[in-house]
Amino acid sequence: MLFALQVTVEGAPEWSPVLPGLVILLPLLGFVINGALALAHARRSADAVRGGGELDLPAGDMPLTHTLPTWIGPGVMGLAFLIAAVNFVGMAGVELHEPVIRTYWTWIVTGSLNVSAAIQLDQLSMVMMLVVTGVGFLIHVFSVGYMRDDPGYPRFFAYLNLFVFFMLVLVMGAGYLLMFVGWEGVGLCSYLLIGYWFSDREKADAGKKAFIVNRIGDLGFLVAMFVLFITFQTLDFGEIFSAAPDRIPYGSSMATIVTLLFLLGAVGKSAQIPLYIWLPDAMAGPTPVSALIHAATMVTAGVYMVARSSVLFALSPVGSATVAGIGVLTALFAASIALKQYDIKRVLAYSTISQLGYMFLGVGVGAYTAGVFHLMTHAFFKALLFLGAGAVIHSMHHALHHTHKDEDWDAQDMRNMGGLRRHMPITWVSMWIATLALSGIWPFAGFFSKDEIIWATGAWAGAANAPYPTLYTVYWVLALVTALLTAIYMTRLMVMTFHGANRTGEEEAKHLHETPRVMWIPLAVLAALSVFGGWINVPESISESFLGGFGLLPMGENLHQWLEPVMAGAHEIQAQHLGEISHQAPLLGGGELVWALVSTGVAAIVVLIAARIVGGQKHVAAVDAAEPRGLGRVLYRKYYVDEAYDAIIVRPVHALSRFSWRIVDSVIIDGTVNMVGNLARAFGWVGSLFHTGQINTYAFILTIGVLAILGWVAF
Amino acid sequence: MITEALFVSALLFVIGTLGVIIRRNAIIMFLCIELQLNAVNLAFVAFSRSVGIEGQVFVFFVMTVAAAEAAVGLAIIISIFRHYESVNVDDFNLLKW
Amino acid sequence: MAEVLFFTFATIAIGSAIGVVIARNPVGSLMFMVATLAAVAGIFVLLEAHFLAAIQVMVYAGAIMVLFLFVIMLLNLGHEYKRDVKGGLWSVMAFATTGVLGGLLVRQLGRSADAPTFLTGTGGETIDAALAEHGAVGAIARPLFTDYVVPFELVGILLLIAVVGAIVLAKKRV
Repeated sequence: MLFALQVTVEGAPEWSPVLPGLVILLPLLGFVINGALALAHARRSADAVRGGGELDLPAGDMPLTHTLPTWIGPGVMGLAFLIAAVNFVGMAGVELHEPVIRTYWTWIVTGSLNVSAAIQLDQLSMVMMLVVTGVGFLIHVFSVGYMRDDPGYPRFFAYLNLFVFFMLVLVMGAGYLLMFVGWEGVGLCSYLLIGYWFSDREKADAGKKAFIVNRIGDLGFLVAMFVLFITFQTLDFGEIFSAAPDRIPYGSSMATIVTLLFLLGAVGKSAQIPLYIWLPDAMAGPTPVSALIHAATMVTAGVYMVARSSVLFALSPVGSATVAGIGVLTALFAASIALKQYDIKRVLAYSTISQLGYMFLGVGVGAYTAGVFHLMTHAFFKALLFLGAGAVIHSMHHALHHTHKDEDWDAQDMRNMGGLRRHMPITWVSMWIATLALSGIWPFAGFFSKDEIIWATGAWAGAANAPYPTLYTVYWVLALVTALLTAIYMTRLMVMTFHGANRTGEEEAKHLHETPRVMWIPLAVLAALSVFGGWINVPESISESFLGGFGLLPMGENLHQWLEPVMAGAHEIQAQHLGEISHQAPLLGGGELVWALVSTGVAAIVVLIAARIVGGQKHVAAVDAAEPRGLGRVLYRKYYVDEAYDAIIVRPVHALSRFSWRIVDSVIIDGTVNMVGNLARAFGWVGSLFHTGQINTYAFILTIGVLAILGWVAF
Repeated sequence: MITEALFVSALLFVIGTLGVIIRRNAIIMFLCIELQLNAVNLAFVAFSRSVGIEGQVFVFFVMTVAAAEAAVGLAIIISIFRHYESVNVDDFNLLKW
Repeated sequence: MAEVLFFTFATIAIGSAIGVVIARNPVGSLMFMVATLAAVAGIFVLLEAHFLAAIQVMVYAGAIMVLFLFVIMLLNLGHEYKRDVKGGLWSVMAFATTGVLGGLLVRQLGRSADAPTFLTGTGGETIDAALAEHGAVGAIARPLFTDYVVPFELVGILLLIAVVGAIVLAKKRV
């Protein structure tokens, strides 16, 4: 069927992609089939549509609607990943300098706007494809175990598949409009999945909040597209980026406007200040959703968008500096909040916001490859952390449910956990690997990616014609501080959850156990990736040193070289206007290797100290715990940001709508319409006065009529 | 003579109209309508002095029709009288809204 | 001579017409009507429409008015002498309107009578010639049975319908 469509291929004729459209279509097919199964189940019982509750079926008695998604959901993902991998191998074998664009059909032709349904296959989209399908596949497998007892099982996989479909459209689209289709689509799926257990009002509200806040950002994206269209008469990447350096002067207000507008869109989608508020609430959704959407893929769409538009951002120093600034501020801000959260998923949510801040810092200062690299490694260890947390919550839930303690006790509150390493060893080890990776300890993945971003910030601060050297130096310092905070809160999480004495209760602890194979195998795979995943982008100065095993370990600058053709345009502009990058840190001097050693060493020490302190504290179960005081309370309450937004924005909007309803609609508009009706009635009443029923009246009026005609004829 | 006849005709017509408007008795109203018809006949005959015999021929027809109309009209009035027991047009006000 | 006669007939006609409208008694109205008809017949004669004058008296005054009289008698009207003329404001309004109408009509008719086509009209001579040749009846009969025979027949049918209608309408429902 695909070949029946009119397909045109541009780009490197040496490599022809293998069924790239199938990568996108397979998840869509999964959605259709799973959705049909969900509807079929809904016809038979209300369970599948009910947003919550327990599935009252013994495991051996599952209907087809609950067994098929197990194979179709992850199955389409696995197939998509395989096809993507095949294409990756093909692409790697050729030196691809131009993206390969496959056009399927013409979508919009109006005026000078000509948009086709086309996908772009280049190195950047390939990286994203692999991450999305690969990590997505692992999470699908995990969900088979996690969501087994949920009545809406097929619905879950339908939505998950639909999400992956839209995400792939986003990363593979050949132009901004297609990216926007994917952008909106993932927002929709995020809403559907966050509010998956919709019968709980709070959870449904969380989904609404996510969608609405996203929408605010989307306005920025839309207007940016309008501006781009006016300037370039097209929305295709290739044409815009090749024409941009000539059409948009460096540092012009046009460049700044476009980049700032795109930033607004990214801020909404990737949860940065000021639109990050939806992500912590989004933890109301099932944990695999948090892992896939709010750690690995959807929230990274903003970073991908900036990386893709690297040419535009390189042309605007103000825009780039703003991106970096918002990134680092968010990183610091969110890390500080994470220090005092007790819900395990909340800590991870704020951690995600913080790490996204790092990614934005990376792409903001001009280290686009570093930002994408951190995106990739973050996908590995954050997904691992979330899935691990999911495993923990799964166990805690079962344990508390056995004694019905779950009415008062929250299965997600870390104060109710403790000492779980004895009960869930595999999860414990995997999560420690992820924690170390996230804290930036050598040789795990996060060390290389985070380090590169921090180093790039400092290096660009000292570049030959750096536009804002002091500002970037400040960013660099803040990034270092945030790294320390990251280590602290993650260690706190691990110690409170897995170490020390168990606070769940004697009876309940007997029911804590490790998760089944289908759930810990993905954890193991992600753990392995978290260990070795960082080795694909190690700068020479490090890989040649003892940190790289003196060149013996298989480390190298592979990702940088891989993405070079895509980032060439931006790098050219940087070389032209910013000059040579510095090789010394802005403060205290020192080269890359020195600072790498220092940062990993300090991080390791911080982990040990934090483990000591948190381990030594007295922890009580949540029901007995008092609310923190002073600064702790401010952090625990997330700096009262939600309350502020509520007072400043939400209430006035509600008041405005109430006013619009009660006064503008009911009184003014309805009143006007009714008045017209009443006027007609009044006219009718006046007319009725003529109908006296008396012949004399009629004769009189006849006479007047004759008089009128005669008068008109006579004069 | 023609002009004077026309003036008489106009006056008769107007008086007839007045009668239709101000009288309540159905039969008298009808009578005034006959008066109007008569005035028109006079006008036609006056004009025939200048136009030709066609004027008088038309008067012939008008008279015939007036006769027929009188017959039918009075029959109607009788039939209404049977229902209302009066010929006062104020009583025939079913057309009132 | 003709002028005096005309003036007399005109006065009678108009005066009787006013009487028709004002008279309290229906029979009185009827009598005044007969007088008007007779006066108009007289004017017809002065206008050389002899046949029509005769018809006017015979048919109109003789038959139609008698019919009216029969109906008035049949319905036993006239016993309530309550004024059935609409009073007060209504009369004033009616009077004013019809007065204006009358003025306009007089003006227009006067104007048309002074129109050139009208003043040079030869209708009068043709009528006189026809009257001389065929007589009073023949002058009308000739066009009636030649040029206007179709309307003539139709009017006959109309009368038939009127007769049938009158009988059906006035019949007592048993």
